[in-house]
Amino acid sequence: MASQHPVIGPGHTFASVTDKISSIVLTKKTPVGWFFGFGIAFSLLMMLLATVSYLLVKGVGIWGVNVPVGWGFDIINFVWWIGIGHAGTLISAILLLLRQQWRTSINRFAEAMTLFAVACAGIYPILHMGRPWVGFYWLFPYPNTMGLWPNFRSPLIWDVFAVSTYATVSLLFWYVGLIPDLATLRDRATNRAVKIVYGFFAVGWRGSARHWANYEMAYLILAGLSTPLVLSVHTVVSFDFATGVIPGWHATIFPPYFVAGAIYAGFAMVLTLAIPLRKAYGLEDFITLRHAENMAKVMLATSLIVAYGYLMEAFMAWYSGNGYERFMIWNRMTGPYAWSYWALIFCNVVVINTLWWKSLRTNVVYLFIVSLVVSVGMWLERFVIIVTSLHRDFLPSSWGNYRGTPFDWSMFIGTIGLFLTLFFLFIRFLPTISIFEMRTLVPAAQPDEGKA
Amino acid sequence: MSSALYGLLAEFHAPDEIVKAAEAVHSAGYRKVDAYTPYPMEEVLDALHLHETHVPKLALTGGLLGMAGGWGLQYWSSVVEYPMNVGGRPFFSWPAFVIPTFETTVLGAAIATVFGMLLLNGFPQPYHPVFNVKSFATASRDRFFLCIESRDPLFDLQKTRELLRRLGASEVSEVAP
Repeated sequence: MASQHPVIGPGHTFASVTDKISSIVLTKKTPVGWFFGFGIAFSLLMMLLATVSYLLVKGVGIWGVNVPVGWGFDIINFVWWIGIGHAGTLISAILLLLRQQWRTSINRFAEAMTLFAVACAGIYPILHMGRPWVGFYWLFPYPNTMGLWPNFRSPLIWDVFAVSTYATVSLLFWYVGLIPDLATLRDRATNRAVKIVYGFFAVGWRGSARHWANYEMAYLILAGLSTPLVLSVHTVVSFDFATGVIPGWHATIFPPYFVAGAIYAGFAMVLTLAIPLRKAYGLEDFITLRHAENMAKVMLATSLIVAYGYLMEAFMAWYSGNGYERFMIWNRMTGPYAWSYWALIFCNVVVINTLWWKSLRTNVVYLFIVSLVVSVGMWLERFVIIVTSLHRDFLPSSWGNYRGTPFDWSMFIGTIGLFLTLFFLFIRFLPTISIFEMRTLVPAAQPDEGKA
Repeated sequence: MSSALYGLLAEFHAPDEIVKAAEAVHSAGYRKVDAYTPYPMEEVLDALHLHETHVPKLALTGGLLGMAGGWGLQYWSSVVEYPMNVGGRPFFSWPAFVIPTFETTVLGAAIATVFGMLLLNGFPQPYHPVFNVKSFATASRDRFFLCIESRDPLFDLQKTRELLRRLGASEVSEVAP
């Protein structure tokens, strides 16, 4: 503990923490770099808009999906985005319950990342319905003119419930955490219109002890509720595959393997966002090397679980003695998509294990590169699971190959644009670091140990 | 007595000062007291004996309602309203129903927790007398405030003000209602 980097730079007071974080939002001068980044992100978002418009006109035929690969980029990207979201809830809920003080400066934007990632993920299954405006009756239980109800025995319906609950609870958690900070912005804003807008969302928060008592309890309960929820979400996502009979999907290891992969991918995205953010806004005192190193350790640990999953998939295919299973894994390693399998192993098993060295874990430039490699690796993992399992199924007569069309790619890159657009708006208009929780870390607040 | 006054608001600069002041005010017998702090302080809650909260009960109620609602919806729609044979599985496929029920339980509990907390705190509350004191804006930055309301039976403008001064308040302001 003693030799580690601190969770907050030296010399900070209640006032300096408040002013530093709130000034990023309340400044009149938006940094030029912000406009540059936002411009790129927004252009990509417009590409998504164009793609989706064309998709709705022409139908899902513009994608590369066809028999036998009926689930392509849409499901790959859905799982990829949902997985990324998991780190936000893990940081805000599980690390809160485990009393990990270092979570404090990263939970706010990690939660925002969760919301935006879930928004990106949600687009895919909805659009995969082809005509989403008529397809809702089998997703949500509402009285419709056909008198039909969803089939609750289907994992796809479990997914609808899991993801929509996850999105709602994440939003509530995020908003509750924001209330005291919105009150700070209301009190510090000089422009009357700005004051009114923040004041509206701060709902009249004034830091009353009576309110804090209810607030702290509510926050703790939300953390307790989110903890099993976040583990359930990717478990249910993995059921989409594991309850099917396709070799390569039908495996009991899927739920823990998917949850670990989600946390792994999510922490990579938190690092991808945190490293430029702390540099651009001079937040090195709040997001310190301690945070970078701890996140690297979480990535390393979860990567080992994921690697164990890869190993077990291969082992079980051999040990099962099932010809289809053995063919599946052999085809995965040596077939037409072998490049994706070995690229995945390179990203998620080889590169990540360099983080055993402390000097690399505390090198933020290296961590940034690794985090991008991990994001690519986790995308490839879903590509491998979905495409290599489907393209060679039980009947050789229906074998085929799959590739994403330009529209698949423009939609994928477009959702990255959506994600980044929302994130740029978030860092401009809301405090990226929880101010009231940072106040509990300054030396003046430390006599009262025991803040959860 | 003085209905033209909401109470007296004392300003403190350090966390330990507000804790001591809250303890002293509570032991002096004042009960219509509230503290305003920039971050949650366990010691202040201890000093003012404010630990009681109804949020957990609301969370439990919301969770149970969500559970009953989710389970009931699945049972009713799959067994009563439109029983449909899907792959020969029983109409009442309870193991499959557990998963959406878990989700609706969490959803019900979370919604009850958040909106329960907001309602218990009386939010949204656009107006409150303490905002009339100009320096109160620093309560969300680095200052700690203690307010004794005039409806407290022990409240006396002179004596209460003196007590707050003695406790080290840097400033004691009258709060217009």
